[in-house]
Amino acid sequence: MALLSVDELTVTFTQRGRRDVKAVSGVSFDVDQGQVVGLVGESGCGKSVTSLALMGLLPSRGVKVGGRADFDGTDLLTLSGRRMRDLRGSQLAMIFQDPLSSLNPVVPIGVQVTEILTRHRRLKGEAARKEAASLLDRVGIPDPDRRLKEYPHQLSGGMRQRALIAMAVACAPRLLIADEPTTALDVTIQAQILELLKELVDQEGTALLMITHDLGVVAGLCDQVNVLYAGKVVESAARRELFEAPTHPYANGLLGSIPRLDAPRGEPLRPVRGSINDTIAWEDGCAFAPRCDHYTLECLQGTPVLGEPRKPGHQVRCVNPVLSGGAAELRRSVLPEPDEVPGADAAADGTGPEGDGPVEKADPAEKDAVETAGTAEKEAGA
Amino acid sequence: MLRLVVRRLLQLIPTLLGLSVLLFIWLNRLPGGPAAAMLGERATAADKARIEAALGLDQPVWIQYGRFLKRLSELNLGVSTQTGQPVWDEFTRAFPATVELGISAMIIAIAVGVPLGYFAARRRGSWLDVTAVSGSLVGICIPVFFLAFLLKAVFAVQLGWFPSFGRQTTGIDATEVTGFYVLDGILTGEFDAAWDAAMHLVLPALALSSIPLAIITRMTRASVLEVLGEDYVRTAESKGLSRQVVRGRHVLRNALLPVVTAIGLLTGGLLSGAVLTESVFAFGGIGSFIKTAIDERDYPVLVGFIMFIAAAYVVINLLVDLAYSLIDPRVRVH
Repeated sequence: MALLSVDELTVTFTQRGRRDVKAVSGVSFDVDQGQVVGLVGESGCGKSVTSLALMGLLPSRGVKVGGRADFDGTDLLTLSGRRMRDLRGSQLAMIFQDPLSSLNPVVPIGVQVTEILTRHRRLKGEAARKEAASLLDRVGIPDPDRRLKEYPHQLSGGMRQRALIAMAVACAPRLLIADEPTTALDVTIQAQILELLKELVDQEGTALLMITHDLGVVAGLCDQVNVLYAGKVVESAARRELFEAPTHPYANGLLGSIPRLDAPRGEPLRPVRGSINDTIAWEDGCAFAPRCDHYTLECLQGTPVLGEPRKPGHQVRCVNPVLSGGAAELRRSVLPEPDEVPGADAAADGTGPEGDGPVEKADPAEKDAVETAGTAEKEAGA
Repeated sequence: MLRLVVRRLLQLIPTLLGLSVLLFIWLNRLPGGPAAAMLGERATAADKARIEAALGLDQPVWIQYGRFLKRLSELNLGVSTQTGQPVWDEFTRAFPATVELGISAMIIAIAVGVPLGYFAARRRGSWLDVTAVSGSLVGICIPVFFLAFLLKAVFAVQLGWFPSFGRQTTGIDATEVTGFYVLDGILTGEFDAAWDAAMHLVLPALALSSIPLAIITRMTRASVLEVLGEDYVRTAESKGLSRQVVRGRHVLRNALLPVVTAIGLLTGGLLSGAVLTESVFAFGGIGSFIKTAIDERDYPVLVGFIMFIAAAYVVINLLVDLAYSLIDPRVRVH
């Protein structure tokens, strides 16, 4: 049985006088011991909310959580606050996105590391300090004794993230959830942090749930990938399988949108047109339909079910899956030639009916992601 | 740290000099004067001139200012024109009362305001929160002297729970050591005297604490609400730490930073703001003394008092900065 088995997880935000917002509408996936599972999707697709729900860190008021999340046989979603507190930090741990704001600015790093040792491993005083120093050393922070006395603002961005990772692995958790751990870091540090995570996972056999929008991270790290769209898993496959044959039009579009270093000069970028706001409720049909190039009336006949149109174990939630060839081939066959579409700007605001036209400039964030994608892919190949 | 203290204390000198120039220009422009105030309406011009000559007020203003500076350099604030006593002696007699009152008011404001603001934030939207928010609005709006009269009428006159005026029951056997009566009573072991003085403090301190209490409550509430949404609180929760550690180390410690700044500014304000409360409760502090000094155009006392308040502001803010550098490593001075 899987270490973590999430079944039909739903998270609904309710506010009096407003319509409920379904951030996660039935997400299911498994994480096995020692496995790295990716949860990929764009901003607002529910990936962070999923992780917070698993950790029991969502606010208690105004949030309804449904479904099951069995962690080693116990349902995390129905655990009492006290039991959850015992699990958090010891069995389950989490690494957050922004290392500066995730560290308490007025408490020394040492205290922030030792407090978790005191809480779960009953280490105190000198023993706790020694263990904290060896943890910092293990995550690659030089001169740990000095760093323990320092405050977060005295550390560099990469070191802060290392410190957070040290706290997360302090009690050798069985499941580590990393919510975009490299987003706030520059490219070289990103690669180092990913390398570190990989090492820790390999050494300890920790399961890692990697939440990211960065396909480069996925390519370099994950064994199994779940692509999330509008609060539902739309494709789930092993890494190689997904990268070689992205079958859901969304996953396909995502991979197709990655610019390549070997592309000819001046080749336009190919975004997935529209934005996550152009959506319909899953009850009415496929939420991706308004942005999809393969859209037919069939897509509006209720929620598409997960099927395995290509290979057993490669699950796709689509009635018109992309079955011919890989991303590169598809790019040529589906997308129009650049000069056929005059209104290039329409792609940016997602209003144009043919808004999938070429966009000349990449925004810097996208470029970053691309660069890591390059390096990470190389690592994966090596 | 020491360098900061020295630098800030040196900054006092230009601050006070600038202030004194402004004061001299202002006093020179004021209608009336000590001579008119002393002699009344029917004074002859000759009498006035004699008194002004005796006080040195017939001299041009820069000569008066020069004399003032010379006296100041000998740490002499001059002689009060109302009492004929040195201004410094008057201050040392009246100040302990005001400081005692101010500190008591501040203790009430902090001891009630911080927990109230904290729990209001934690139980946002509850009856406690609503009461704290609306109550603090009333606290800010209600004039201090009105509240002072109200407290006096209800708790001193009607119910008789507290004395209605003064700092200590007259005729009580008390030895004066520092001029802070409660402290004196404790130091000398005369606990009945200390208790008596404390009871005299309750109503005026309550009245005086209303505004700082309201401000501290609101600031704490707003600050805690902000900190509760911070990522590092989520990190602390994700470590499974106990509620006490999350609240004490991660929430309160950060939330109190802006409150400490406010407390410093409010404390400075209490010294000058005690005037009305003191006169309602006939509390023999600096407030009532200054009120007469204004009526009597007692220039040396006014100048001395205003400069003293200014110096107190600078010193209190220095203390706040030092406290701040202890609790917030990001502004720590090396």
